[in-house]
Amino acid sequence: MSHFLDRLTFFQRVKQPFSGGHGITTNEDRRWEDGYRKRWQHDKIVRSTHGANCTGSCSWKIYVKGGIVTWETQQTDYPRTRPDLPNHEPRGCPRGASYSWYLYSANRVKYPLVRSALVKLYREARRTMTPVAAWASIVRDPKKRDAYTTKRGHGGFVRADWNEVNEIIAAANAHTIKDHGPDRVVGFSPIPAMSMVSYAAGARYLSLLGGVCLSFYDWYCDLPPSSPQTWGEQTDVAESADWYNSGFLILWGSNVPQTRTPDAHFYTEARYRGAKSAVICPDYSEASKFADIWLSVKQGTDSALAMAMGHVILKQFHVDRKVDYFTDYVKRYTDMPMLVKLVRQDGRLVPDRFVRSSDIAGDLGETNNAEWKTLAFDAQSGELVAPLGSVGFRWGEKGKWNLEAKRSDGTGVDLMLSLADRQHELADVAFPYFGNIEHDHFVSSDHASVLERRMPVAKLASKDGEILVASVYDLFLANYGVDRGFGGANVAKSFDEDVPYTPAWAEKITGVPRDQIIQVAHEFALNAEKTNGRSMVIIGAAMNHWYHCDMNYRGVINMLVMCGCVGQSGGGWAHYVGQEKLRPQAGWAPVAFALDWGRPSRQQNGTSFFYAHSDQWRYETLDPKDILSPTAPAGPWDGALIDYNVRAERMGWLPSAPQLEINPLSIAAKAAAAGLEPKDYVAQGLTSGELKMSCEDPDNPKNWPRNLFVWRSNLLGSSGKGHEYFLKHLLGTSHGVLGKNLGEQGLAKPKEVRWHEQGAEGKLDLLVTLDFRMSTTCVYSDIVLPAATWYEKDDLNTSDMHPFIHPLGAAVDPIWESRTDWEIYKGLAKAFSEVAPEVLGVETDVVLAPIMHDSAGEIAQALDVKEWKKGETPAVPGRTMPSVAVVQRDYPNTYERFTSLGPLMENLGNGIKGIAWETKHEVEHLRQLNGVVLEEGPTKGLAKLNTAIDAAEAVLMMAPETNGEVAVRAWNSLSKTTGLEHAHLALPKEDEKIRFRDIVAQPRKIISAPTWSGLESEHVCYNAGYTNVHEFIPWRTLTGRQQLYQDHLWMRAFGEGLCVYRPPIDTRTVKPVIDKHPNGEKQVVLNFITPHQKWGIHSTYTDNLLMLTLSRGGPIVWISEIDAKAAGIVDNDWIEAYNSNGALTARAVVSQRVKQGMCLMYHAQEKIVNAPGSETTGRRGGIHNSVTRVVPKPTHMIGGYAQQAYGFNYYGTIGTNRDEFVIVRKIKKLDWLERPYDPAKQKTRGPLTSAAE
Amino acid sequence: MAQFLNQMMFGWYPYLCLTVFLVGSWARFDREQYTWRTGSSQLLRRKQLMWGSNLFHVGILIIFMGHFVGLLTPIAIFDAIGIPHGFKQVMAIVVGGVAGLMCLVGISLLTHRRLTDVRIRKTSSFGDTAILLVLFAQLLLGLLTIFVSLGHLDGHEMVKFMNWAQGVLTLQVDSWKWLVDVHPIFKLHLVLGMTIFLVFPFTRLVHIWSAPVWYFGRQGYQVVRTRKQLNAAE
Repeated sequence: MSHFLDRLTFFQRVKQPFSGGHGITTNEDRRWEDGYRKRWQHDKIVRSTHGANCTGSCSWKIYVKGGIVTWETQQTDYPRTRPDLPNHEPRGCPRGASYSWYLYSANRVKYPLVRSALVKLYREARRTMTPVAAWASIVRDPKKRDAYTTKRGHGGFVRADWNEVNEIIAAANAHTIKDHGPDRVVGFSPIPAMSMVSYAAGARYLSLLGGVCLSFYDWYCDLPPSSPQTWGEQTDVAESADWYNSGFLILWGSNVPQTRTPDAHFYTEARYRGAKSAVICPDYSEASKFADIWLSVKQGTDSALAMAMGHVILKQFHVDRKVDYFTDYVKRYTDMPMLVKLVRQDGRLVPDRFVRSSDIAGDLGETNNAEWKTLAFDAQSGELVAPLGSVGFRWGEKGKWNLEAKRSDGTGVDLMLSLADRQHELADVAFPYFGNIEHDHFVSSDHASVLERRMPVAKLASKDGEILVASVYDLFLANYGVDRGFGGANVAKSFDEDVPYTPAWAEKITGVPRDQIIQVAHEFALNAEKTNGRSMVIIGAAMNHWYHCDMNYRGVINMLVMCGCVGQSGGGWAHYVGQEKLRPQAGWAPVAFALDWGRPSRQQNGTSFFYAHSDQWRYETLDPKDILSPTAPAGPWDGALIDYNVRAERMGWLPSAPQLEINPLSIAAKAAAAGLEPKDYVAQGLTSGELKMSCEDPDNPKNWPRNLFVWRSNLLGSSGKGHEYFLKHLLGTSHGVLGKNLGEQGLAKPKEVRWHEQGAEGKLDLLVTLDFRMSTTCVYSDIVLPAATWYEKDDLNTSDMHPFIHPLGAAVDPIWESRTDWEIYKGLAKAFSEVAPEVLGVETDVVLAPIMHDSAGEIAQALDVKEWKKGETPAVPGRTMPSVAVVQRDYPNTYERFTSLGPLMENLGNGIKGIAWETKHEVEHLRQLNGVVLEEGPTKGLAKLNTAIDAAEAVLMMAPETNGEVAVRAWNSLSKTTGLEHAHLALPKEDEKIRFRDIVAQPRKIISAPTWSGLESEHVCYNAGYTNVHEFIPWRTLTGRQQLYQDHLWMRAFGEGLCVYRPPIDTRTVKPVIDKHPNGEKQVVLNFITPHQKWGIHSTYTDNLLMLTLSRGGPIVWISEIDAKAAGIVDNDWIEAYNSNGALTARAVVSQRVKQGMCLMYHAQEKIVNAPGSETTGRRGGIHNSVTRVVPKPTHMIGGYAQQAYGFNYYGTIGTNRDEFVIVRKIKKLDWLERPYDPAKQKTRGPLTSAAE
Repeated sequence: MAQFLNQMMFGWYPYLCLTVFLVGSWARFDREQYTWRTGSSQLLRRKQLMWGSNLFHVGILIIFMGHFVGLLTPIAIFDAIGIPHGFKQVMAIVVGGVAGLMCLVGISLLTHRRLTDVRIRKTSSFGDTAILLVLFAQLLLGLLTIFVSLGHLDGHEMVKFMNWAQGVLTLQVDSWKWLVDVHPIFKLHLVLGMTIFLVFPFTRLVHIWSAPVWYFGRQGYQVVRTRKQLNAAE
């Protein structure tokens, strides 16, 4: 009753001695123990996971006690695996285990926040005006607009209520749509797989408006363009369980125990089972200790290493001794037998494009798409044949798009690999060599820029007369410099000759001893030979973030392909970077992009968008000529990189948003007035110059993106490469750009893009961020909306690391005034519907879309690159220019449309990756499951999508991966194209339907679907390419096979027809600023590497107190002992790293782990925690991206060409950043910038000392 | 007026303080078990604590015992044993002075530490800092009384305090009159001393109640608490 009174028991106390009086037993009160007992008691456990930034996709138990989330532990109830395979669990890592800290942390965003300068203006205007007019009065007045845009990042938030911020945002959107066009309302959110409904919420809202969704995978530079180039598929990889099936595992630039913690056990288990492992990375990473052999390669030279390994494998397993399995594999599953035209250029023979049926008289009997059917010789008959499977067979005809060794008429073929096996002659063929390009920090060799190698070629009668052809196989072997006894120069008889690409050659460039190269290559191939392809390469972002990443990747892919590993259990290419397989993608896409109401939606590739609109192109230092091949075909290869992007946009290769200088809502009326269809009107207008594309003048206010939504993302604190350019140009606030633009430097300016002497500053009218924590992005936003955390919402989550789909669950309701993403966007839709009628009604929107991969249009520009702009070809929508579509927008009914499943699903059906099926039955099921809209109006009788769970059910119902009936239908649909029976892959699960409550009960394994190239079965683990190899479904490439030769004009022009070694580029960012800002300390120039980190990113962020406590409590940069000594830096010193892009501050971690010449800065270390001011810029900290700038690559802009056609997050420019160098030095005078905000000084950037004076 | 003040501060105020001290301590012990602690900052910084804390605690314990015995032992007992008042007064000055100086050094270290160490300052409650300053002030006042006491080494003033203190505890309404003419510095020392009793339940001082003196008489090194019925007879 009373703690005190209950102790007054002097007469009842009993003490029993034991052990001779050394101990006593008493009957004292024990209630105090309950305090400890209650520490681990809880009211309930809810299943959830961590939903925006981690591929882990681990199921967690979230413990709730007294309505408070208290802690989390790993779930251990995954479905069991088959008997010979370790189970998946436990899954989870320390980052995830620390997540619950966020819910109640001081950094939680608790209320809607708005910049006070903005809300004052709005309230003032609203006294006399309607919402849209009020917004217009602010943004049309430059002084008023500047009043809040220039203060971004300088604090000044006030709490607002939901109704008010929703109205402001809706008014801004409506005004932007009316004044500029819906394509000026833009949204950025990454990785839908991690919380699909949350992503879909924003994307659905934007798509209903006609706004633009930006891609992220390419922008993050996690997208390896080599994958679409080779396979026509974006990052399809084995699940981590498949590592266990491997006999030889190479970890190449991947740090599995650190960045794939929940999966690392499979790696350990594979090692226990007897698999051998080599780890290739510059630093002594955590993975290195797992290795049997660690190859410490010079960073950025991986392709040289891969080429040398390929050289060893080709010599030992394809030339000196032929392995039947390898030979058979490359013949059947690669483009190696295909014929390539050779042309004479500058007196040399140079490989040109693939020979097509259309080159041969009578089109070789192919009446359909003859220009898209590649040719080979039949080894038996010696005849020229067009084997089935090339992309020409995919479209316009049925039943012939498969990998059976047949030709059109059904007769069998046995394709010839080397032309040495038939009548041939020997000729010297020229290959470009880039390894002689000098670089301050990388070793170059002195071999010639063009290497001629002797190989067998054949004559062929074509429509244009006799031509010379070679097989890809012969070209491929010659390219590697393997001596096949044909004589000639530039081939090596022994591994010790210094000829590209021998181990001896690679030793000099990569620093890896030649015997290690030979050993690893030999064992890798030998294992594949003995196991039919069970050799695997686990690859990390490290290699993909280099400008010439395609060479790194294709070098590795070549090794895998020549050993027959791709598509085999335990074998293949495993790139686990930032993609997070969106397994029920076919069910999700209609919900996310509002395809149930209008098609197509507007999608834009992030990298090109940010490159143009953060004006990074104005500072471009890389001349395309720097990277042009010495064997480039004739062509206009001048101009700047952005010129290439503009050409690509004009030709319909890349998307283009904002699309035209005029409002797309105004086009239909103009077309009607001119008596034309909108598409013809646009084509004619563009040709005549009456219409202008926005990409040609990104600094013109008419072409600015005006409203930007950021959700589930930390764009400005993490992924925004060229951070300081973002601040300067996109946001228009104080920044740390140190370099000068092209105009100021007097350098050549772009040709296709209009140059303004004064670059645009502050393009955005409104930046809205949804987050649960006050991230760096929030700090720079105009409005911050408090989002629910991952333990406060219902959502869906999948990964490429395992085959399960599982939920995020609301363990507690969103606390304070936070809301789930679905509810936030639903609320915005409601507010928009109320506000929009002031200026908008039912409108006709004209949407420009690029030529899309996996659509019949992907075979658009077969043989040549022709520009309508230059008058080389007429402008034909969907063929030589973007396609033009008309979409009706019912703006006043945006909310009604948002909350119901539109009629197009029943009328047009659903589909994915070129496979279409009808989906009436599923829509009917959804009506029954979710209920129908009862209110009178345009959506009456449609299935409801009111809650996040409704949306999740719609995704699950319509996706083949989660609805067996749909899977069977999808496989049957594919069968029509391939002519083969596939439904057996899903028939056993036809009756299975996975619902949201099912996965809440337990994660469920998905059903095999043609969306993906692997199977989920009781016999094999998910492995990419498995159905290509075992079901004879072609890869979605030009040749229908794994394509190792890239024959597009631009690929050849930039020297990447075949894989070669290319050294890192010179970004020219150090010289302009070195020694310009001395602080008296010694300095050192280091390569700037930004790997995944140990104390953040995966599952949680760097501002998490638990993670900060485990690390150094703020930003850190790792440097080697040698470099530290040279710069007089000791461990934990405050240092600054800077170049012409900007500066960052951090503490130094001096470690022998790091290789000399490089520094590591884990990416996404917030500048909001423990970051002092920079001495050079006078600005706070800087993030890792303060010293980077994006440099796009022309080959990534190619489109309209089978696998090289655009797809959202599938192909496009990528934001590489590892070729960057920084100047590192100690900070002399530490300044925390703890002074009041001074608007007079914020525009002037300069050294701290003067800023402080 | 002066009389009223004297009566209020030395006649009534002691009862207020004692009541709050006892009832408050009980209430806190019963209601706020988790706050019943010393609030040590040793985890945050060990420096200055070894000397500061030990000097302070040894000093203040001696002072406390001196006051307790000196004020509350009936005068008759001193007389019976034969300890003259003058001797007792000198003892009090010498022992109290030495302990007071130890305590002063200790509390100076502790105060410096609490006010200047950023982490300790941030984690200190108002009460933590305030009680330390109050104790500091009380200690200084106590040391200052020595100079007054040197003026009457015969101990007659001291007897007044003993009479007063014992009068208060034996509920004699007029005991405040003993103090009417003592030096003001004594009055200040007394009022602040009583105030410490008043705020005692609201500060970390409650840990004094739980001073583990029982350890001295503990049997056995291992204590097993059981819910089983224990047989007292065994």
